[in-house]
Amino acid sequence: MAQVILKNVTKKFGEVTVVKDVNLQIQDKEFCVLVGPSGCGKTTTLRMIAGLEEITNGEIWIDDILVNDIPPKERDIAMVFQNYALYPHMNVYDNMSFGLKIKKYPKNEIDRRTQEAAGILAIQQLLDRKPKELSGGQKQRVAVGRAIVRKPKVFLFDEPLSNLDAKLRVQMRAELKKLHERLQTTIIYVTHDQVEAMTLGDKIVVMKDGVIQQIGDPLTVYDHPANKFVAGFIGSPPMNFIDVKIIRKNSDIWLDEGKFDVKLPDEMIEQVKEYINKEVILGIRPEHIYDKLYSTLGTPENTLSATVDVVELLGSQKILHLTTGKSNFVCVVDAHNQAEENQDIEVVFNMDKIHLFDKETEMTII
Amino acid sequence: MKRLTKEESKRIKQRIETAKKVVLYTILTVIAVFMVIPFLWMLSTSLKEPGAVFKYPPEWIPKPIVFKNYVDAWNAVPFGRFFINSIIVAVCVTFGQVFTSSLAAYAFARLQFPGRDKLFLCYLATMMIPGQVTMIPVFILLKKLGWIDTYYALILPGMFTAYGTFMLRQFFLTIPKDLEEAAIIDGLNRWQIYWKIILPLSKPALATLSTFVFLGSWNDFMWPLIVTNSMEMKTLPVGLASFQGLYTTDWTLLMAASMIVLAPVLLVYIFNQRFFTRGIVMTGLKG
Repeated sequence: MAQVILKNVTKKFGEVTVVKDVNLQIQDKEFCVLVGPSGCGKTTTLRMIAGLEEITNGEIWIDDILVNDIPPKERDIAMVFQNYALYPHMNVYDNMSFGLKIKKYPKNEIDRRTQEAAGILAIQQLLDRKPKELSGGQKQRVAVGRAIVRKPKVFLFDEPLSNLDAKLRVQMRAELKKLHERLQTTIIYVTHDQVEAMTLGDKIVVMKDGVIQQIGDPLTVYDHPANKFVAGFIGSPPMNFIDVKIIRKNSDIWLDEGKFDVKLPDEMIEQVKEYINKEVILGIRPEHIYDKLYSTLGTPENTLSATVDVVELLGSQKILHLTTGKSNFVCVVDAHNQAEENQDIEVVFNMDKIHLFDKETEMTII
Repeated sequence: MKRLTKEESKRIKQRIETAKKVVLYTILTVIAVFMVIPFLWMLSTSLKEPGAVFKYPPEWIPKPIVFKNYVDAWNAVPFGRFFINSIIVAVCVTFGQVFTSSLAAYAFARLQFPGRDKLFLCYLATMMIPGQVTMIPVFILLKKLGWIDTYYALILPGMFTAYGTFMLRQFFLTIPKDLEEAAIIDGLNRWQIYWKIILPLSKPALATLSTFVFLGSWNDFMWPLIVTNSMEMKTLPVGLASFQGLYTTDWTLLMAASMIVLAPVLLVYIFNQRFFTRGIVMTGLKG
C-alpha cells in the first residue's frame, strides 16, 4: 500500500532524451495506466520506478522513501513483464515462490502464500507444470501470480496483455480489474492500447515523445482532451479532425470547411474570439455524428451532406466512412442504418460535443 | 507428346527420389568405410601375434586371435596409474574450463563495464596464437613455480580458454534479458542470477563445451609430454608413446593399449552425441 511520486524525472540514453521532466503522483490503491504509442517513454518510466533503469535526473518516491539509489529488490515492488519472463527450468510453483525463497521466508509461509495466489488465479492444477506446457493465458496468470505472492507495495505491469489473443485479452482485462479490487494495491500499468487504459485505469497518463500530455480519470481524458494528440489517441474509432476556418456571419460564428459550414453554439463564441478568420482544427468523435434520417437533432445549422465511401458492419453498429470531397471523416451509426456505399447522405454534427484545436500548437481551444 | 497421368508422374518422382537416395547413401558409405578402416585395422592389429602385423597380403581377421595382447599391454606399463592421471586431469580441466569460461562469458555477455567489448576482442585474438608459441613461455613459468611434473602443470594451463568463453557468451546472449530482470526484481544478486538462472538454462551449451574439452584433454599428448618426467605423472597418450621405442615398436601391444585408451572417449561420445552434434551446428551458426 503506497503512493508513488515522480518529481521532474528525466531519462537520457546517451544524447537521446526518452523521458522528459515527468511529474506524476499516484495515490495509494490507485490503478494508474501509462498509455501512449510505442517509443513514448512509458515503459522506460515504469522501468525507472522498478529500478531496472537508472534515473538521469529527478526523484522517485515510494511512500516516503526516496528510491533513486535503492536497488529493485528493496523497493518492495513486483513486476509483470510483457513476455511473462517465467523461468523455463522451473515449474509453476517454483516460479511463483522463487522470490520468497531467495528472501528466505519460512517454508510453510511460502507454501501458504503460493497456494493462496494460485487459488486467486485458479491455477492450482498447474503448479507442477513447466512454463512450456502452459498456454499464453496460463503463463500470464502465473506471471501475475509470481507478483501476487510477494505482496508488494506496488505492482508494475508492462504491457501484460499484448501477447494474448483478442478474446483472452478482454477476459484477462476484466480479471485484472477484479484482482485490483481484491488486492487493494497500487498498480502502475503500461499499455499502448487505449481501450485497456480506458477500461482499467482510475487514472490515465497519456504520454508522447517522453512528455506527459495529460493526466486524468478516463472520462475526463475522453471528454476533455488537453490537445489534439490525446483527442486522437484515446477513443476508437479515433476522433475526426477537419480543417476549418472560423468566420463571423452577423453576430454568429461559423466553422467553414469549404464544402460545408456549421454554426458554433453561442456559448462557445467567447472562447474563439482570437481565432476569427483563422484556420483551426475541428475535432468531433464518430459517435457524435448522426445520420439525419435517424436523428431529431438536425437543423440547417449543423447538417451537411457527404458521400459514403465505405460501410463497415461490426454487428452491433456500422462505421460509415464519409467524404465531403475535401475532408474525410468517420461516423458510427446503428447496425440497421440503410446507408450504402457511394450514396449521398445528410449527417448531423452534435455541435455541443465538438472540440477545436489550435492549428499550430495543437492545444485545445474548446 | 503423351501427357502423363497423375499416377505416372508420381511414380517417376518417387523413382528419382529413390535414385537420389541410392547415390547419396553410396557416397556416405564409402566415406564412412574410409573413416572406419584405421580403427578396424587398429582392432585387428591389437589381436594379432607380433609376427603377423606386416604380413602381405594383410590379414583382416587374425589367425590366431590373441587376446593376451591386452593383458600384456596393461602390465607392460603402469596403465592403472596413467588412467587415474588422465581421468583426474581431464575431469579437472573440464570442470575448471567450463566454470571459468562461463563466468567470463557471463561478464562479457551481460555486465556493463568500460572497455568490455575491446577486452573481449583482445581475448578472442588470443585464439589466433598457435599453442606452440606459448608452450615454451608457459613451461618456463611453471618451472619457476616449481610445478613441473605435478598435477598443477597438467591442469591449470588448460583451465582457461577464449574459445569456451566465446562459445558460451554467444549462447548467453540468446537468453532473454527479461528473465534476468525478473530475477533482479525477485531479489537475486548477480552471482545468484548466474548460478540459478543462466547456468541451468545453458545446459546444452555447457554439455557441448564439456564434451569438447574432455575429449581434447583426454587426447592431449604434447602438453603432458612436456611437463611430466616421472612415470607416475604420465597420462594415457604419453604412456602409449612408451610402446614406441627408438628402434622397435611393439605394434600389437601399442594397438591393444590404444583400444583401452579409446574406450572412455567412445563412451563420452555416445552419451553426449546429441549435444555434440548440436554443438557443432551451433558453432557453425554463431562462429
